[in-house]
Amino acid sequence: MESRRNPRAVVDPKVRQVGFFTSSQPDSTHQPDPIASESHPVASSISPSGNSLSPVMIPPPRHNSSDTFLLRAAAAAASAVSPSSFSYSTRRDFPDGSMTASPGRVSRASFSKPSSSLPGVGMDSMAAAKSSSVPASGLTTVSVVNMPPGLSEKESDQKKNSKPLKEKTTKAERRALQEAQRAAKAAAKAEGGKAPLVSSGSVASTNVKAAKPAKPSSQKNDVAVAAPGPSEKKGGQTEKDRKKDAPHPRMQYDDESRVVKAKRRAVVKQTEAKNRVELFRHLPQYEHGTQLPDLETKFFQLDPMHPAVYKVGLQYLSGDISGGNARCIAMLQAFQEVVKDYSTPSEKTLNRDMTAKISSYVSFLIECRPLSVSMGNAIRFVKNRIAKLPITLSESEAKAALQSDIERFINEKIIMADTVIVKHAVTKIRDGDVLLTYGSPTAVEMVLLHAHELKKKFRVLVVDSRPKLEGQLLLRRLIKRGISCTYTHINAVSYIMHEVTKVFLGASSVLSNGTVYSRVGTACVAMVASAFRVPVLVCCEAYKFHERVQLDSICSNELGDPNAISKVHGREDINYLDGLTNNANLQFLNLMYDATPSDYISMIITDYGMVPPTSVPVIVREYQKEHSLV
Amino acid sequence: IYTKEFFLERLSYWAFVSAAQTLRPIKPPASHYLVFLFNSVSLSPEYSLSTSSPHRSPPSHSHRCRTCNRWCLSLLTSSGNVRLRDLKLQRDAPWSFLAVGAQLVAANPVELAVGNVVRRVLHIIREEDLSLATAAVAGLDLLDASDDDEDVNGKGIGYPGMSAAVVAAAARSTLRPPSLQTLLEGTPESATVPYTSSSGADSESKTADKSSITRKLKHDVIEGVNQLIHEIAGCHEQIAEQAIEHIHQNEVILTLGSSRTVLEFLCAAKEKKRSFRVFVAEGAPRYQGHLLAKELVARGLQTTVITDSAVFAMISRVNMVIIGAHAVMANGGVIGPVGVNMAALAAKKHAVPFVVLAGSHKLCPLYPHNPEVLLNELRSPSELLDFGEFSDCLDFGTGSGSPLLQVVNPTFDYVPPSLVSLFITDTGGHNPSYMYRLIADYYSADDLVM
Repeated sequence: MESRRNPRAVVDPKVRQVGFFTSSQPDSTHQPDPIASESHPVASSISPSGNSLSPVMIPPPRHNSSDTFLLRAAAAAASAVSPSSFSYSTRRDFPDGSMTASPGRVSRASFSKPSSSLPGVGMDSMAAAKSSSVPASGLTTVSVVNMPPGLSEKESDQKKNSKPLKEKTTKAERRALQEAQRAAKAAAKAEGGKAPLVSSGSVASTNVKAAKPAKPSSQKNDVAVAAPGPSEKKGGQTEKDRKKDAPHPRMQYDDESRVVKAKRRAVVKQTEAKNRVELFRHLPQYEHGTQLPDLETKFFQLDPMHPAVYKVGLQYLSGDISGGNARCIAMLQAFQEVVKDYSTPSEKTLNRDMTAKISSYVSFLIECRPLSVSMGNAIRFVKNRIAKLPITLSESEAKAALQSDIERFINEKIIMADTVIVKHAVTKIRDGDVLLTYGSPTAVEMVLLHAHELKKKFRVLVVDSRPKLEGQLLLRRLIKRGISCTYTHINAVSYIMHEVTKVFLGASSVLSNGTVYSRVGTACVAMVASAFRVPVLVCCEAYKFHERVQLDSICSNELGDPNAISKVHGREDINYLDGLTNNANLQFLNLMYDATPSDYISMIITDYGMVPPTSVPVIVREYQKEHSLV
Repeated sequence: IYTKEFFLERLSYWAFVSAAQTLRPIKPPASHYLVFLFNSVSLSPEYSLSTSSPHRSPPSHSHRCRTCNRWCLSLLTSSGNVRLRDLKLQRDAPWSFLAVGAQLVAANPVELAVGNVVRRVLHIIREEDLSLATAAVAGLDLLDASDDDEDVNGKGIGYPGMSAAVVAAAARSTLRPPSLQTLLEGTPESATVPYTSSSGADSESKTADKSSITRKLKHDVIEGVNQLIHEIAGCHEQIAEQAIEHIHQNEVILTLGSSRTVLEFLCAAKEKKRSFRVFVAEGAPRYQGHLLAKELVARGLQTTVITDSAVFAMISRVNMVIIGAHAVMANGGVIGPVGVNMAALAAKKHAVPFVVLAGSHKLCPLYPHNPEVLLNELRSPSELLDFGEFSDCLDFGTGSGSPLLQVVNPTFDYVPPSLVSLFITDTGGHNPSYMYRLIADYYSADDLVM
């Protein structure tokens, strides 16, 4: 695997810079980051050999690069990211990190084991030069010193590097690594006194940093969470986990016996819709709006349900919370409450009981509204964390660990991921662009707003569709910020596609065959765009990726309220179908999602970088590995 | 075979034309027809009369009429037919009908069917006149003086003041189905021969049977127009008759917008005991789909209303897309309700047949250029955005420069011929590539530009 990655890294332009650098050419001109160039000479003077090794010998693992991005974004939104440095390869700026920060690099130390003392020296000198702390405790360090983004990234890189090494390197190397880490930790402690003072001043950034997604290494755990277990052991478990996690078939609602069973357990008493579309028998379709008052009255008399979960469920049901990220965050926060209020019943173990509890909550949430893929992944994460809680932990410790895990998931996988996506996507917006977006994707909205802040001149075409008309909300927000917009409905998309230069879309999920599962209509827009040769960019956080595959929008979907179709909001003159809603010959189909084939997608922008749809399975695989390691 | 007589004929014709040119200024192409028919002396007063006629249809008329069919019928019955009769009395039928037609077309250029019907009527007049001329000439014993050059000349245009033999030749060539050659080559001779004229001598020779010819022509033209009215009124049935050949049991059909032709088509299949399911895209922001769904349900068809955005999602389960056209262009492209291009692209992607129903009056002899823009109509933003909610953003009066918010609400969509699988017209099914050929049957080449 290492060897396979190397050539890639070499192909990368930034890596070439590293090459120049190691041949001791001053490359400050190439460097976007002043600090980086500043730190260079130090590094090269101290451990030239180490430097020459680093770019080639230590290929950056995929998920690490994401961390780079995370940190980068976290450190400062202002960090000048040269657009050229972003493109398809996720690994793109990894090398520049590794190059500039090489002196203090723990991972290199471990890697070039024979000369392990050398990096140590480099590290120390580096620390001295910068009067900052040492990589090992990079999290705190960054916030403490308030270092410019470039450097902080680099330091985080170092940490990141250590992890893949652990998995792949020999025992001796691993030992070396551990030693180096220990040394680093010690160094960090030495400077630790400074930390609390400043970190309080920059709480937000600390938080953000604490939310490193792929930081399985023990260093990280020391700092952020008291997460247990050496990473090697976890690496061994990965294979088993993956088998376990193979997607089980979804509930099919045309399977009588299972539906009956599910109903018996159900908290929400749904009445089935009468006029159902034959094609979608396998999906649940209920009468909308009937069960909400009933459930609200039950709020104070529910036995098994936690109120936080109940509240979230009702919000799903009423549609108050919608959108993949919002729903996922709401659910996770409810789970945090659950964990906080949890006490293990006697004669039960925390792991098992809590898993069962979460499962029952989840099935309640499913009754309220079918899970989104993002929520599915988050639930999987939570359950995984519960299962991995070491028996040795006391209940309070376990609860604290879980809560912080969930917090971390929200921060890194959702909030930080969005920031990183914005960073990437903004580089694709140029002056004079006409950008088309459909519906109201949060990630795309952030991209547009950020691009506007950067004073880019562009115009936005907001395409909308019935019945949700989410585009109007987006339109309202964009206009408030002073972005020039054109609004139209989805039927007119081929009319306006002539002037569009890029299409930005959101996604509910990206499936491993490259299919983008998103708000219904996305496929239409992408299809028309590709027919007009307009690039289609999909913004999607990596936690929404799923290993499931799907070819059409029929087999798995969600049905909305059919009555929303017959009634046209705000247009009383459209009442042709008023008396007909109970006619047996007439059905209304309110699909919520559709599947966009990967051939319409030019690029998926994710927190791992910008990838073509064909790379999705790779990310899914890597992500899962990392997932079980977190 | 170039006989002596032929050359004589030619010479006399040339002499006549040159004489005519000295007498009269050059007229637009359509007028020479008139000149041939009637005495030149009476032309100018009548022309002015006809243009100031009280029967001229008001431009707003076109906006009132909703669907193309009704439009055409009303054109023919109210303005067209009456008009025609009046004009016939004034003895300058085609010229003034052309003027009226041009006005009608100008009233709403997007309503292509109007222009089509005007052209059809012009075509009828030309045809009838030709057949009359042939009949008149038939009595005279003349040698067969036609050759290829004259064929090319023909094309339904009576030559002003030409001798009977030439007219006969021209008539013959038009009565023959037009060959590809004639279509493609145009009229080489017409470039050299100015279509003008009248000559004292000629008109004098014709004065005798003039009035009888005029009366006969008038009668025939009205007959022809009535036939056209009948044809347009009955095109639904004609098209619906073919439904049974295209819709089988258990079919799933997607349609879009509200078209009476589609409604009749589906119902015809239903009456023949075929049971199938219809998906109707609702067609925001006009929601014509709701209207269609209502009528389909009333006739007992299994109907499912879907949102426009779900077209792509559902197309994989659809066997056929059937839509009614607003206009069919000469290249086989279709102008239809907005959203149709999306459905056509989706159908292409999933290899679903995309069938367009269109009466032959929808067939427009023009080739589209940038049809999305030039043959489109933008409707009010209020259909998309509630002015109450967005009034602050839509205020064009305040602030400097252009407002931040613009709303686009087009009415039509253009589907390129490559996406169309089949046209079903009242004359049967046709490929998009065949449309140009039908045009030659229905229209005279001279009327294409009005």
